[in-house]
Amino acid sequence: MSALPPQFTDWFTAKGWSIHPHQQTMLDRASEPALLLIAPTGGGKTLAGFLPSLAELSDGTHEGLHTLYISPLKALASDIKRNLRTPVDEMGLSIRIEDRTGDTSQTQKNRQRADPPHILLTTPESLALLTSYEDAPRMFAGLRRVIVDEIHALAESKRGDQLFLALARLQSLCPDLRRVGLSATVEDPGAIAHLLACHPDPCAILQADPGPLPDIKMLVTDEAPPWSGSGGKYAIPAVLEQVKQHKTTLIFHNTRAQAELYFHNIWLANSDGLPIGIHHGSLDRQQREKVEQAMVAGDLKAIVCTGTLDLGIDWGDVDLIIQVGAPKNVKRLVQRIGRANHRYNAPSKALLVPANRFEVVECVAALEAVKEGALDGDPRGPGPRDVLCQHILITAAAGPFEADALYAEVITAGAYSTLTRAEFDACIDFCATGGYALRAYDQWQRLQRRADGQWQLRDPRAAQRIRMNIGTIQDTDTLKVRFKGRGGKPLGEIEEGFAATLTAGDTFLIGGQIVRYDSLREMTVQVTRDAAKKPKIATFLGTKFATSTQLSQRIIEMFQQPGWPELPAHTAEWLALQRKVSRLPEPGRLLIESFPHDGRVHTAVYGFAGRNAMQTLGLLLTKRMEETGLNPLGFLATDYATLIWGLDPIRDPGPLFDIQSLRDGLERWLAGNAVMKRTFRASATIAGLIECNTPSARKSGRQATFSSDILYDTLAKYDPDHLMLNITRQEAMRGLVDFGRIEEMCARIEDRFDLITLDRVTPLAAPLMLEVGRVPIKGLAEEKLLAEEAARLMSTAGLPPEPSRKEWRVPF
Amino acid sequence: MCDLTFCGAALKALGSGALFWPAEGVLCVSDLHLGKAERIARRGGAALPPYETRDTLTRLATDLEATRARTVICLGDSFDDLAAARAMPEEERLWITRLQAGRRWIWIEGNHDPGPIEYGGTHLGELHLAPLTFRHIAQTGKTREISGHYHPKATLHTRGRAITRPAFLIDSDKLIMPAYGTYTGGLRSHDAVLTRIMRADARAILTGAHPIEIPMPR
Repeated sequence: MSALPPQFTDWFTAKGWSIHPHQQTMLDRASEPALLLIAPTGGGKTLAGFLPSLAELSDGTHEGLHTLYISPLKALASDIKRNLRTPVDEMGLSIRIEDRTGDTSQTQKNRQRADPPHILLTTPESLALLTSYEDAPRMFAGLRRVIVDEIHALAESKRGDQLFLALARLQSLCPDLRRVGLSATVEDPGAIAHLLACHPDPCAILQADPGPLPDIKMLVTDEAPPWSGSGGKYAIPAVLEQVKQHKTTLIFHNTRAQAELYFHNIWLANSDGLPIGIHHGSLDRQQREKVEQAMVAGDLKAIVCTGTLDLGIDWGDVDLIIQVGAPKNVKRLVQRIGRANHRYNAPSKALLVPANRFEVVECVAALEAVKEGALDGDPRGPGPRDVLCQHILITAAAGPFEADALYAEVITAGAYSTLTRAEFDACIDFCATGGYALRAYDQWQRLQRRADGQWQLRDPRAAQRIRMNIGTIQDTDTLKVRFKGRGGKPLGEIEEGFAATLTAGDTFLIGGQIVRYDSLREMTVQVTRDAAKKPKIATFLGTKFATSTQLSQRIIEMFQQPGWPELPAHTAEWLALQRKVSRLPEPGRLLIESFPHDGRVHTAVYGFAGRNAMQTLGLLLTKRMEETGLNPLGFLATDYATLIWGLDPIRDPGPLFDIQSLRDGLERWLAGNAVMKRTFRASATIAGLIECNTPSARKSGRQATFSSDILYDTLAKYDPDHLMLNITRQEAMRGLVDFGRIEEMCARIEDRFDLITLDRVTPLAAPLMLEVGRVPIKGLAEEKLLAEEAARLMSTAGLPPEPSRKEWRVPF
Repeated sequence: MCDLTFCGAALKALGSGALFWPAEGVLCVSDLHLGKAERIARRGGAALPPYETRDTLTRLATDLEATRARTVICLGDSFDDLAAARAMPEEERLWITRLQAGRRWIWIEGNHDPGPIEYGGTHLGELHLAPLTFRHIAQTGKTREISGHYHPKATLHTRGRAITRPAFLIDSDKLIMPAYGTYTGGLRSHDAVLTRIMRADARAILTGAHPIEIPMPR
């Protein structure tokens, strides 16, 4: 057992604390090359990560950087700085601790590079940027430990892939570097250890006591949840009642849009004037900080929020978590609940508020899964090559490099351990020349091979452009929103696409207030206050979680019961009604409902294959429908169904679902669709083909720029085997396409189709009707619609077009 | 193809974004921006797929074939800049020469390419072909004028769907052409720049497989 230096034991004694067993184990095994600690929040996980660093630094002899701490949130970095400062000061240790994020001042950043602190707290993007500087070897000299906090969150995204590549770089600079990962409870710790390890070195896994099971219930209200929608508005009185009974409540929503609407609605109902705030990633930083401060000070009874509050920030005395909308994923639910409550050894208390009848079923299924400790998750595939391309550019920005050495370094990262040399070389070629079949503008290539075989930037000034575009977070382009007038107060950001649909006078919600769109000036949306009770346009879209397939399977199994005593009466009755007017989905069969709605034929396919696979199914089915003259207009996918609308009904589903034809045509069918273009845009941006930031300020969004769709179409037409298309296909196949689950579904159902034709929307289809994320089909039906609409417009010659229906809507 | 009458001339707006004047055998295309990928790479930007010139020329060849035009007017910004015009690969240079063979070919100067003189054809600041005047950028107060430069696009809201395409803008005095080049973006017709130029009763013709005429969205 490693003894702590006396200042530490004295400090623990003075506090009346004793060291947790997992904190002691972390100290004992501090010399191992990699350690993954899995512990609940409140269990002193962060201190467990830092204790070995503090102990090693306590004699005051270390020069320069010792420990690098990486967290997915910059707020977490500054929070940890505060929390670490207290024990360090109380023990009288002379340790310099600083954070470095996008918010750190330039002076401070420059100073950190010249004279780094002992402990630097930062984010994956800031670390990637640091490794892109020529002086990186000097800055990181002496680095001993790196702590990756919330590693389970990073492990699920490209931010993690980028981070682990950066760690591979650091390991080359500092061969003795030891790695520590701090994780919440996950279903497959081995997968995370694989990412954290420096291959082929091992990574040990330490499991701390998981603490008591959370106390989670579904909030049952007198009023039944609505048939459809995702707002949870019906439950506001019951939620307000809960807020009153607790000290601080966090009210989580799955999207920013829902959070905005809910916040608006809860204030309309908040007759007692309870102090309630809102917090999400689209709000202006100042606004967010104000809410954070008020919360830490205990001035707020409740905060309406999204995933930005998800990670382990110390939010004061939260004693209730409310999740509005189905949790979609059991693991995330458990982590969210476990985390927001910081009291160790006390069960976290949480309430689920289903937003509609279907979500009641989802919530009950999720609660059962939590009870059984059945976490869900899907393994990620090999490391994405778009991130690797960016890593190559970052490496080049730092100075000339040897391809052999870089390849050897890259395959020490778990996600890239199976990367072949040929795949790596293709990425180098892409970064150097664009990698096109047609060799063009060779004299302008980005990377050049020197006489000594090393690669370097052709134009050293390119380093600046590369640094400006570091990162893998894919946000749609956003515009700032401000009140009109000089020095108008900033409110937050909205997606450029949403801004483009606004016309003067339109009202929308942001930061909990209704504002009126006035004009777009210098890429800022100018708004004025509006006194209306209801916004004309709900608000912008947010990202959506996908329900895990494990949870979906539980739901289908529940459907098979003769009755549902565990469900509230209203929901049990709804399922019974569905069974009466149509039928419920069954394992091993495929239910398809066909009904008219809004002047279009609607077809609901209940595949329960998860959102991404259902999305692909929508693509493939609509393509086949287009070919067979059924004139599909579009579709949307949820985790359990695909809803297609068009001009003509499906009469014989068998041929449409023939797996062989689906597979044969996948490539061709995918080529022209919007999902592929969206995936391409994301990957091309990460790989550096599309630059979001250029030295000549932000792109104007006017005719100077052209859509990434044009690049995609051009490549597909002239260079179909190009690396970027290859990456796009791979990304889409495992991410947005998920064809594996379609194959699995087809194998499951064979030819057992239940096609039911009805004269109206069925109870089960109702929630689908208001889902967002509609994918238009640009087929013959579009030309028909255009002609129809143009004829109508021209017949009212001289008159302006009718106010258009907005596609950006969010179900209430 | 969409028939229209502009200042007494019977014209056809092609779905590709080209304008055909059968009486004179004139095909007009604007803002080809040939060599854009080269220019971006030269300036240290990304190496975009180098296929935009052949894509643009393929469409132009198709339109020439279909219309049998005797005169071609390139309405400015034909090359992304003069260096891009000079750096054009031999193959694409020859392609342009082949397209020019047996035709009168007029390069109108644009703001990106003031006179690519290495290429055959006539180089003009503007062209008067009664009753019309062809110039790159619309001039205030001028009538019977066909211009390009702004890359207009227009959005039509149909039931539940907004469709945006490059578009011709037409009123009694002015016609603004959409950009013909593959690597070109667009400026929405309701942008103040365009609503200032065009009269209140202006129309837009959306390009595409079946060009559609609508009141200009503003």
